[in-house]
Amino acid sequence: MTSTAEPSLRTEEMTLNMGPQHPSTHGVLRFVIRADGEVMREAVPDVGYLHRSIEKIAEKVGYHGFMPYTDRVDYVCAMFTNQGWGMACERLAGIQVPRRGEYCRVISTEFNRIASHLLTVGLMGMDIGAMTPFLHALREREMINDLIEELCGARLTFNYMRIGGVAWDLPPGWREKALDYLDHLDPILAEYNALFSYNKICIQRLANVAPISAADAINYNLVGPNLRACGVKWDVRKDLPYSVYPDFEFDVPVGRGEWGTIGDSMDRYMMRIYEMKESAKILRQALTRMPDGPVLAKVVRNFRPPAGECQVRVESARGDQGWYVVSDGSGYPWRVHVRTGSFAAMGIIQKLSRGLMIADLVVLIASLDVIAPEIDR
Amino acid sequence: MEALQIYQRLRVRFGERVLETIEKKPDPFVVIDPASLVEICRYLREDPELAMDCLSNETGVDYKDYIGLVYHLFSYSHRHGAVLKIKLPREEPRVATVENIWKSANWMEREIFDLLGVNFEGHSDMRRILMPEDWLGYPLRKDFVEPQEYHGISTVRESPIVRLDQLKKDQHKKT
Repeated sequence: MTSTAEPSLRTEEMTLNMGPQHPSTHGVLRFVIRADGEVMREAVPDVGYLHRSIEKIAEKVGYHGFMPYTDRVDYVCAMFTNQGWGMACERLAGIQVPRRGEYCRVISTEFNRIASHLLTVGLMGMDIGAMTPFLHALREREMINDLIEELCGARLTFNYMRIGGVAWDLPPGWREKALDYLDHLDPILAEYNALFSYNKICIQRLANVAPISAADAINYNLVGPNLRACGVKWDVRKDLPYSVYPDFEFDVPVGRGEWGTIGDSMDRYMMRIYEMKESAKILRQALTRMPDGPVLAKVVRNFRPPAGECQVRVESARGDQGWYVVSDGSGYPWRVHVRTGSFAAMGIIQKLSRGLMIADLVVLIASLDVIAPEIDR
Repeated sequence: MEALQIYQRLRVRFGERVLETIEKKPDPFVVIDPASLVEICRYLREDPELAMDCLSNETGVDYKDYIGLVYHLFSYSHRHGAVLKIKLPREEPRVATVENIWKSANWMEREIFDLLGVNFEGHSDMRRILMPEDWLGYPLRKDFVEPQEYHGISTVRESPIVRLDQLKKDQHKKT
């Protein structure tokens, strides 16, 4: 830019503060941007505004008592954090979850995945200046919220799972409603694509923006849809199977660079659309094949897993979530750590921001699907 | 490769510097000498049969008599993982950074520094990440005492239940 300017025209680097309250930052987070006109030299993320010391709380409230707190780690897809915590405790104590319980877990989490991806897709529209797709996506998400509310009484922070299974079985008539919803979803996704994804403006705005190479993605520990968008075929549900996922047939979509480079923002965005279809596939199989039986294993109220430690990995909507739990044999965990997808995704933004337009930073954040509470915990 | 086979290879290659192997279920792990952490990590990453290309998780635990750091490594090409541990003294714990081997360590080490007070030598950006920059102490240490206030903002709130109980008691005394 400086080369084309008149020699007498003095330019200087500008430091810009974006956030903490900024509509497109998905929660409270801040960037300090050094920019040359519209082009960023670097954007340095500043996080921690939503730090609620959830890991410290775990050490004070005990194993059962921590379950509602896990909802707050990532309130957009709280089922996965529930499941991660439940699985970590079960692995420590060697508890077997009843099969129907596992099916309930898969059904609730996959619905939650669709809800979370719908929000991502809608927010992507809003962040690049289109309000309508957001409202359309939220309309469908509301229906899932209604379904889940019927299941567990809450719409966002579910507290549905327990150590050893889930709290309640499906209510009568719920299965039919859920199947009806899935029939409704398929044409709606086609409508979204026609309305927004394949819209020329959307493609021009997202394609070729901030591509990530597969090697970088692994080096920065990107997970889930962000990793798959870079062409790495890796899904914890398939590759380190947990719960009853081996029972189901589904594909793992990977980024192919259909509209530009592999691993660009468009690929990351489309990953969410493809994954919703796969989740619907899993849900159909799970809802039709559900076995009978109890949903919750017998777990003592005074839960004391033997001393030891373990890590479990759950494929959440924002990718591989790692729960690391250390037990000292008492009724309170000695240490709990959760490594979340958004934390890693934020770590790569500083590198990607170099040379990007300021308006594209918003696209980058939205396409990485960063949720602020999940970074800060 | 199974985790135990990987640890066996490490023992053969590094001998005494691999301090102990704990084969306890569910996750066996290996404790190594902090001084040779970078060397062992580099070997794990660069040996073609191990190829640990991802540092999946790095975190710390305060065990009261020492600080433990845990490294969960993973290889996308071979689909296997390993758990490394090091033990550091509680007074001024410091260890070399692995940021130059795995970039994801940058933020995770900042978090450990912030919450447990471990200094990573050679780290490019050793600042607090979650807590405010002027925060005193390391919250995930077991002996951390929460301050009563922060910049004039109280961190404690009087419980209305306790107050009502006290009122009742006072009334009881009067009558």
